[in-house]
Amino acid sequence: MTSPRVNFKENIWQDKISVRDFIYTNITQYDGDKSFLAGPSKKTKGLWEKVSKLLLKEIKNGGILDIDTKTISTVASHNPGYIDQESETIVGLQTDEPLKRAIKPFGGWRVVKKACEENGYELDKEVEEIFSKYRKTHNDGVFDAYTDNMRKLRKSGLITGLPDNYARGRIIGDYRRLALYGLDRLIEEKKQDLKKLDGVMTDELIRLREEVSEQIKALAMVGEMAQKYGFDVSKPAQNSKEAIQWTYFAYLAAVKEQDGAAMSLGNVSNFFDVYLERDLASGEISESDAQEMVDHFVMKLRLIRHLRMDAYNQLFAGDPTWVTEVIGGLWKDGQHKITKTSFRFLQTLYNLGPAPEPNLTILWSDKLPKGFKDFATQVSIDTSSLQYENDALMSKAGDCDDYCIACCVSMMETGKEMQFFGARCNAAKTLLMAMNEGKDELTGIEIVPGIDPLSEGPLDYEQVKRRFDKTMSYIAEQYVGTMNVIHYMHDKYYYERAQLAFMDSEIKRNMAFGMAGLSVAADSLSAIKFAKVTPQRDENGLTNGFSIEGDFPKFGNDNDDVDQLAKNLVHDFNHELSKHHIYRDATPTLSILTITSNVVYGKKTGATPDGREKGEAFAPGANPMHGRDSSGAIASLNSVAKINYEDARDGISNTFSVVPKSLGSSKDEQIKNLTGMLDGYFNKDAHHLNVNVLNRDTLLDAMEHPENHPQLTIRVSGYAVNFIRLSKDQQREVLARTFHESM
Amino acid sequence: MLSVHSIETFGTHDGPGIRLVVFTQGCLFACAYCHNPDSRMLNSESAKKVSTQEIIELLKKEKPYFGRDGGLTVSGGEPTVQSTELKELFSEVKKAGFHITLDTCGAIYNQEVNEIYDLTDLVMLDVKHINNDWHKKLTGQNNETVLQNAQYREKTGKPMWLRYVLVPGWTDQPEFLEEWARYFQDFKTIERIEILPYHTLGVYKYGELGLPYRLEGVEPATKEQTLQAKKIFDQYLENVVIR
Repeated sequence: MTSPRVNFKENIWQDKISVRDFIYTNITQYDGDKSFLAGPSKKTKGLWEKVSKLLLKEIKNGGILDIDTKTISTVASHNPGYIDQESETIVGLQTDEPLKRAIKPFGGWRVVKKACEENGYELDKEVEEIFSKYRKTHNDGVFDAYTDNMRKLRKSGLITGLPDNYARGRIIGDYRRLALYGLDRLIEEKKQDLKKLDGVMTDELIRLREEVSEQIKALAMVGEMAQKYGFDVSKPAQNSKEAIQWTYFAYLAAVKEQDGAAMSLGNVSNFFDVYLERDLASGEISESDAQEMVDHFVMKLRLIRHLRMDAYNQLFAGDPTWVTEVIGGLWKDGQHKITKTSFRFLQTLYNLGPAPEPNLTILWSDKLPKGFKDFATQVSIDTSSLQYENDALMSKAGDCDDYCIACCVSMMETGKEMQFFGARCNAAKTLLMAMNEGKDELTGIEIVPGIDPLSEGPLDYEQVKRRFDKTMSYIAEQYVGTMNVIHYMHDKYYYERAQLAFMDSEIKRNMAFGMAGLSVAADSLSAIKFAKVTPQRDENGLTNGFSIEGDFPKFGNDNDDVDQLAKNLVHDFNHELSKHHIYRDATPTLSILTITSNVVYGKKTGATPDGREKGEAFAPGANPMHGRDSSGAIASLNSVAKINYEDARDGISNTFSVVPKSLGSSKDEQIKNLTGMLDGYFNKDAHHLNVNVLNRDTLLDAMEHPENHPQLTIRVSGYAVNFIRLSKDQQREVLARTFHESM
Repeated sequence: MLSVHSIETFGTHDGPGIRLVVFTQGCLFACAYCHNPDSRMLNSESAKKVSTQEIIELLKKEKPYFGRDGGLTVSGGEPTVQSTELKELFSEVKKAGFHITLDTCGAIYNQEVNEIYDLTDLVMLDVKHINNDWHKKLTGQNNETVLQNAQYREKTGKPMWLRYVLVPGWTDQPEFLEEWARYFQDFKTIERIEILPYHTLGVYKYGELGLPYRLEGVEPATKEQTLQAKKIFDQYLENVVIR
């Protein structure tokens, strides 16, 4: 270690790249309450006012403010951009102007062209020529390798939202490394790694050597980009402002070069805190200065944009970027990780008002200090902008205590683990195919071979279950194959060098599969098992409705008869996935998460045996179906908590909406009860909870008068959106969800 | 078996913390403002029979949410109508180690109800009017048993909350509010007084049940009226809160 950094305690972090060790050794825990926090500074207010105007203009413009249709975006491609250079404590934009979107055609140039056209722009002719004639893209590669069966599955809507025409995202660099070690050291480490990558030249070794070389190039470009803004990042950051600025530059490099679905940030707040505490102690800065830096940093994160097609927005509504930042949790030795900067990050939701990004995620433990728990739940009640995840469950399963969340619910050890993202398959439609001889219930096209017809009359549970298992097994096999193709091509044509440059050269890889429509599938199986369900069929023998006689238990009421069916379904599918060869020996993981694709998936699915009509939206994530969780909030939570995290290591998303009054009659009671609810839910080994504290009337009013609710934020499924940016269909689906009200 | 109108798993309005709230079927009072008129009838087809064991199972499932404060609340209807079943339930729940709250209007005063009180960690007693004539007009019954129950609880020295529904024109007379407050001013077991401003959210149920609604035309209590009542209570009593 060459750099002199005063007042930092030494440990192994100087000799070895380990930001975790640096924070662990130097953290100042905070056990107090929110009373120390500062409001927005004058500069912050002025700057946010400017940004607010731009955001409003963007919405009025139909969602996009401007596009640079000519510059192919890379780490150092654009000139510096500012909101108001004089007032900005932290600088850096993706392009030369705020909210101007860049083109990133390496994922697929046709998508970029279409997105430009849909917004009234024309993609630069030269760019089009380069990518259609001379430079192949990820998207082209995938479709060269897809089999007929894969195409059929994709077209039927059984597996959709695959990152085969957009970038996969979900890879999080340890962006703190740039600030702690400086560029020179990071490049030197990578060069050493490259030297060690020697031996029998297998495909994997050659690939890795090429990748590390690309990472070194990306690092050099980060230096170039920082220089354009007037910073030399070759040496470690020397104070809090530099630490925040350089961490942001590292993240900015990633979002300049990549437009992955979820481009998450990691866990930076405690890292910043070490520097902020030191500068506060020496008197270099005041609390107001510290808050200002955090506010300005967060403001920048709120401006991250990617260029998307309309079709993409249907899957992932509200223009999300998933700049997920995790806050809280415990170290392995049981000490908590709450610092004053944990509070400062949440305070941005007051200083700048509520917003969906960054996707602030609390790593909850009942052992967190009361002052922080109370503040977090207060922020939830006031802004509906936070999500909560079970720290004990994740740190144990992942055997680490410095981890972050990619996108919504996907846990990864910071700097050491990545995933191959893979959207999700439709469990409800899978069940329908089992009852239709492997045919798509809407088109009659055979998708799954070898599924026998069912006998006439009411459905027999065992008969259906056998066919369902067989269908699921086939789909799992095809799903894995499809993902292998996608990620082979993504690595080849759109490799995330700028993110992976800030990670270890040899990393753990997961392949993240997903499942949608869990509650519909479980309730359908329950109906078949416990009631009398007779399918109605059209002239082609395809099911187009079901008559149901008698009642049946429904997921979401803490009833083991049906909850067990849901739990088993997740277990079985996860098991099926693990049977197959996976690209780069990645570990298969499964999420029960839909983003907002529950609406699209519902549209593509015929009537189901639980009484759901054709086209009706599914519940999001692992949620019970709308309105069917009728035994109160806790019964609903308990059902979801039964799904085993070991079977769904990529996360189990639950989105919970409660009317403020239902949490208690005074604010203090509401805070106390929401805290109690989170303690209870997570002590039941549940994984994730989005918390909305809202009245339905507010949402109805926002549909009528969007201009009065520019910052209304709502958690949908692992992320938050600006409500007025949702389509009418999606707004209606949010309104149809269960809002828990006490009697 | 307890005759139960409904169960709420996330109760936050009937006692401290998060509570499993069991609403029993049947009540002896016929309060003019009752917002659950469907729970009044002693025998109702829609009521479910629920065993002590079933309630304990529910409590166990919910235990992680209770923290230090939460637990079981039995409300109604009027729980003490089913005193024998209730006593059995409370004995078992106490053995299982859960906090017990009883939300009662005090309509019945006898040995068994005394015993139920003794098993109860917190009694929430609705004293609906201090003037007997008005109490009768409002509920159809005298307030004698209600006050006897309050006195009994005071004698045992165990915690009690009082609740008061504020209905404009019916329960907001300053002289009676004052009398009410003075009656309880020397009680030592009262930890909290809750004023519940009258609302009209349950009125539609009367239409559905084909019952006449006696408070037709009475407006919900305003914030000012409620604060006025609190001011009077505050002169004599501690920890008066508005719900």
